[in-house]
Amino acid sequence: MADVINTDVVIIGAGPCGLFTVFELGLLDIRCHVLDILDRPGGQCAELYPEKPIYDIPALPLVTGAELTSRLMEQAKPFKPEFHFNQMVTSLVKCGDNDFELKTDGDLVFNCKVVVIAAGGGSFMPKKPPIPGIEAYEGLSVFYSVKKMEAFRGKDVLIIGGGDSALDWVNNLQPIANSMTLLHRRDEFRAAPDSVNKMRELVAEGKMQLKIGQVTGLTGANGVLASAHVKGADGTMSEVTCNTMLPFFGLTMKLGPVADWGLNLHENLISVDTEKFETNVPGIFAVGDINTYPGKLKLILSGFHEAALMAQQAFRYINPGERLLFQYTTSSTNLQKKLGVA
Amino acid sequence: MAKITFIQHNGTEIIANGVAGMTVMETAVKHQVPGIDADCGGACACATCHIYIEPEWREKVGARNPMEEDMLDFAFDVRDNSRLSCQIKVSDALDGLRVKVPEKQF
Repeated sequence: MADVINTDVVIIGAGPCGLFTVFELGLLDIRCHVLDILDRPGGQCAELYPEKPIYDIPALPLVTGAELTSRLMEQAKPFKPEFHFNQMVTSLVKCGDNDFELKTDGDLVFNCKVVVIAAGGGSFMPKKPPIPGIEAYEGLSVFYSVKKMEAFRGKDVLIIGGGDSALDWVNNLQPIANSMTLLHRRDEFRAAPDSVNKMRELVAEGKMQLKIGQVTGLTGANGVLASAHVKGADGTMSEVTCNTMLPFFGLTMKLGPVADWGLNLHENLISVDTEKFETNVPGIFAVGDINTYPGKLKLILSGFHEAALMAQQAFRYINPGERLLFQYTTSSTNLQKKLGVA
Repeated sequence: MAKITFIQHNGTEIIANGVAGMTVMETAVKHQVPGIDADCGGACACATCHIYIEPEWREKVGARNPMEEDMLDFAFDVRDNSRLSCQIKVSDALDGLRVKVPEKQF
């Protein structure tokens, strides 16, 4: 078991609202750890629309998801948040009178006084293609991510998809796999041109196979895959021999373990009040797209407002009895010192 | 106003009134058509509003745009008549449109 990390606040979600929460808490001298299931900050802005322009951020007439993320990271930087990526929070329980214990699927354990759920649309999870009977193979011969490359040594691997994940793993696993087949529905790829070229070279050298088509069914026994049935673009059926399959159909958002933490939910969103944006469990807050209250609008700017108000109540939990002085960053030398500009 | 018929996987038909300017996806969501999830809300970023256009309507509805073609990589059982309903604008010309909804979006 890993050492317990003690901190004032754990923020679940490193999207725009989670990042701005770091800033608002930082102004009140509250330090945080930030967890995210993705491998980088930005949430939906990073995963779904890094290149798409956003037009409704106050004072930024046009900003891309990627740029908004990097600006928020810069704004949060003076407060030295500690990030833990590729972590899904699996449990959140109250321990003692004022503390929470939070565990992740990467075996991290946190002890904190306040939890802020800024998890947007929920956890990003790999999309599982609805191939009949696929469940029987999941975790045994069908995988949605590569945790350890060694597990694929000597295997007959079938990778499905046409984006960066699919192409990266084709190129990375081909040298150690016994055989490698890439299956995609069309002979065009969204992945980086370099990886596509590399894959095409491997095909030309006879080191792997590229098939155009879609999987319709699987054959195997006891969770061990023997082959995949493939329907070609012209409708003809064929078989790909494989004992390992990696489908990369992108990510989808699911509420996930949040549903099991004893929080009041309304249509898969967390109910909060509109003064402190606190859930029915004192000390657990929810900001951004994941919360709901009368009149809620799922806008990034609403999440920013929620973070500022929520921070006030977090201060009271973390510094009981202390007076909270309201200050402006324009005039307060104290705040400016914290920001490193005074 | 355009009448759009959504044919469910089990054959049930749901008729919805589409308003010109709205998308076929928005029309489906407004009428709570099962099987149109539209997770991303119409940003062409999720492929969970996948539909099949009935053969007689394919020409009128038109072809996929390049962004949509990319996004269809994330759909299951993509066919020649597959479209993302968030990329089809309702117009009077589409009055009577018939589309099939897949068994499930994923």
